[in-house]
Amino acid sequence: MSTQTVGTAYRPSLGKRVQGWLAGRFAMIVAVLVLLYLFLPVFYTFIFSFNDYRKSNIEWRGFTLKHWANPCGAAGACDSLVTSLEIGLLSTLVATMLGTLVAFALVRHRFRGRGASNILVFVPMATPEIVLGASLLTIFVNGFTQLNGWFGTDLKLGFWTITIAHIMFCISFVVVSVKARLQSLDPRLEEAAQDLYAGPAETFWKITFPLVLPGIVGAALLAFSLSFDDFIITSFVSGNETTFPKFVYVSYLRGIPAQANVIGFSMFVIALALVIIGQIVGNARKK
Amino acid sequence: MSALAHMGGGGAPATAMPPKEPSGRSWLPYLLLLPGVLWLLVFFIYPLAQLFAVSLYSDYPDYPGYYYQDVNWHNYVRALTDFLPHFGRSMLYAGLATFFAFVLAYPLAYAMAFKAGKWRGIMMILVIAPFFTSFILRTIAWRQILADEGPVAWVLEHLHLLSFMPNGRITETWVAVVAGLTYNFLPFMVLPIYASLERADPRVIEAGGDLYANGFTTFRTVTLPMSMPGVIAGTLLTFIPAAGDYVNAELLGSDTGTKMVGNVIESQFFKVLGGYPIAAALSFSLMALILAMVFLYVRRYGTEELL
Amino acid sequence: MARNGRSVSGFREAKGDLRLENVTKAFADFTAVDDLSLVVPRGSFFALLGPSGCGKTTTLRMVAGLDQPTAGRILVGETDLTGSRPYERPVNTVFQSYALFPHLTIRDNVAFGPKRRGEANAASLAEDALALVQMTHLGGRKPAQLSGGQQQRVAVARALVNRPEVLLLDEPLGALDLKLRRQMQVELKRIQTEVGLTFIHVTHDQEEAMTMADTVAVMNRGRIEQMGPPVQMYDLPKTAFVANFVGQSNLGQGHITGRDADFLIADVQGSTVRIPARRSSVESGAVTFGVRPEKVSVKRTRPEGTGNDVRGTVLDVSFIGVATQYLVRLPSGTVWSAYEQNLDLEPMDLRPGDEVWLTWNPGHAFGVGPDPDAVQAAEAAKVGAGE
Repeated sequence: MSTQTVGTAYRPSLGKRVQGWLAGRFAMIVAVLVLLYLFLPVFYTFIFSFNDYRKSNIEWRGFTLKHWANPCGAAGACDSLVTSLEIGLLSTLVATMLGTLVAFALVRHRFRGRGASNILVFVPMATPEIVLGASLLTIFVNGFTQLNGWFGTDLKLGFWTITIAHIMFCISFVVVSVKARLQSLDPRLEEAAQDLYAGPAETFWKITFPLVLPGIVGAALLAFSLSFDDFIITSFVSGNETTFPKFVYVSYLRGIPAQANVIGFSMFVIALALVIIGQIVGNARKK
Repeated sequence: MSALAHMGGGGAPATAMPPKEPSGRSWLPYLLLLPGVLWLLVFFIYPLAQLFAVSLYSDYPDYPGYYYQDVNWHNYVRALTDFLPHFGRSMLYAGLATFFAFVLAYPLAYAMAFKAGKWRGIMMILVIAPFFTSFILRTIAWRQILADEGPVAWVLEHLHLLSFMPNGRITETWVAVVAGLTYNFLPFMVLPIYASLERADPRVIEAGGDLYANGFTTFRTVTLPMSMPGVIAGTLLTFIPAAGDYVNAELLGSDTGTKMVGNVIESQFFKVLGGYPIAAALSFSLMALILAMVFLYVRRYGTEELL
Repeated sequence: MARNGRSVSGFREAKGDLRLENVTKAFADFTAVDDLSLVVPRGSFFALLGPSGCGKTTTLRMVAGLDQPTAGRILVGETDLTGSRPYERPVNTVFQSYALFPHLTIRDNVAFGPKRRGEANAASLAEDALALVQMTHLGGRKPAQLSGGQQQRVAVARALVNRPEVLLLDEPLGALDLKLRRQMQVELKRIQTEVGLTFIHVTHDQEEAMTMADTVAVMNRGRIEQMGPPVQMYDLPKTAFVANFVGQSNLGQGHITGRDADFLIADVQGSTVRIPARRSSVESGAVTFGVRPEKVSVKRTRPEGTGNDVRGTVLDVSFIGVATQYLVRLPSGTVWSAYEQNLDLEPMDLRPGDEVWLTWNPGHAFGVGPDPDAVQAAEAAKVGAGE
């Protein structure tokens, strides 16, 4: 091997060539395997949405389309989905607005208390959800007991307490995403706008805001998916209200209806379709 | 959702320090901050303070489920002695899950950043998409996949590997819990690492060689340090929720030997009469432990970007 | 392109020369611009030349209104602009990296200014401006789809469309490659002649400043060292820094020993040299003697009678086509350079180590105030280039 004659192409053994081919594509091969791993339970959910089961949807009993024909057939399934979507949209809207304002303050201004505000935004992300849920439950229960005692009201855990909690833990994620976008914005663009006779308000609405908008949209998507999929905090502050994850968890004890699989997989497909359409539209607008 | 990718950002921001306020407008940043910060103060800081107060309550011995205000540190002693194994499991399982998530996430993030080409956007969407099938649904799916009569156990059985698993099975063991935690928080590891690799100059890495092809040394000395901000963000975003999780242990673990702190907090809150102060003390201990670790970690690897 | 209605409140209409009066900009730890006064006549092409950190960009930003001076006044004609905001001034800027708005088309970028000012015919103004820089065909594209040179033209159009009294150019050609830069220099000069506005061009490239400007001001450490037409700046520098920054100079520290009619006699490191009295900034005492390299000839033997010669050893010879550059070390240790045009039929064929005489016509010599730093810097530049 060490004495290859000049002019003869070096031809490694088959084993070496296979090894070289694998090495060049190692990362891509692992990546595809990891993606398959991520999708395995989604496939499982999909397949078992067609299961013609009797009592519990665990063993395969044959193919049927009846769950897809009647996705709201299971009691409470669609109600919980609507609740989740409502809470998701509402908390996304509020958290995105509040978080965006905070991000602008933190990136664009120097003021006393900036460091403390940064930490206040960071700490909720470093706090386990169960602690957030437990502490919120404490103030809601204590607060409602007192208020109801004083005013004879009937405040209780439910839709609004879930929404308040979701807004709270989404704010930090929104701040971080919008901050990143703002920090990568070239400050000269705003100077150029001012130089071209745009006052502060016009500079903001014509230049700054459109350029930060993709970051805000991304933050809103993140907030929505965090809220929509949250179970732990919700389970603490939901009272009798049922979101979709809670519906699945609660019905797990008696056997999950296949309608849950139908809804879960449909949400996956809808989200996938929306994101892909969004990307295509975004790409088209860039041209 | 792609915004999550920004979190591994790191790198030097384009803007310098924000300019000093023009005189007379110093109230503007406070006005911008006010609603968000107020929300966090009322629904984050104040509840934590309340939770702390509750963690020091004492109960009436003759009336279980009734408490009075007190400064009873004994709750913490009980929380940390009676439930020490649960704390240990939480840290261990979360640590293992973070490690495995890192091992799986890095090649994926690397491939997305440098190898995927036009497939990059699609791969990004695929990493995020499973979120929308409820995480509870997916975890229950894992329970069926890992079940004694499920496909994974069947394969291991035929490879004569099943006997290496605890109790000769996967489901209802710590293996299943760690697998579930790894799976559920994997995207939180992938996206920040991808973001930091994407910002790195690929030519620097090419100059150093290819991942795994030209040796581990390039990876360790060139690629990994450049993606460090993303790795730090990713490990935090994986470890923190994993350490506080109880759903995986509940759905995939056994009734006794694999419970984590989260399970104890949840059952003390909802299932044990008079468990309220202990649950609060446990929550607070868990938070203190995690915050201490996070701050040590961030300090050790210095990432201002997170704060 | 007459201005129609304008709706920007606070806008200051102004016509006339740009005047800076005792302008100072002090930051917490240093003074960027120090008591600067200057007048730029209306319609002239003015270049602010200096090394990075000399205060030229800060000066520009103060004229634009992006920074406010700590002290002093900025006026256009008789209108005091000090304290007004950028959008209130009849001044526009071509930014260093162009700062085109990435989300707007080229056409919308150019129309941005006219629209903000409420011009009724913003669109047609933008078309005219694009035509001026020959970019009409790309009006529908986004900035990211343009090359560096094209972006630069758009940036010029976007500023020019507003017909400002003063157009500021902040190193506008810095990002372009050499060939494109030369081309754009000619183009900019053409546009300036065509529109007849006051151009203020900030650059660190002395060649660029010399080729384009009517008047050049060399800035150093927040002050203007010298100001004048390019030819004059080169022929007769007033400070060692200018002698160094505008072209190359052979410099030597010495002191004036006497006077002979129109010449000052100086002793420079053991050699006696003559400086025309009208070409010296100092009349007595310490002086920095200077002569441009192309005014110096290299001889193998001592020339007869001139008296303006020094002896040295050849350090390096580099053939650069039209000329040959010699680096010669003098007995004092300083290194001088000389350019000889390659006119001789028989080249001198000098080699490093050869003994030579350097000589020049005393009428080309100049004297400036002593500045040991500048002398050292001059030498470092030459030795650095020669090795």
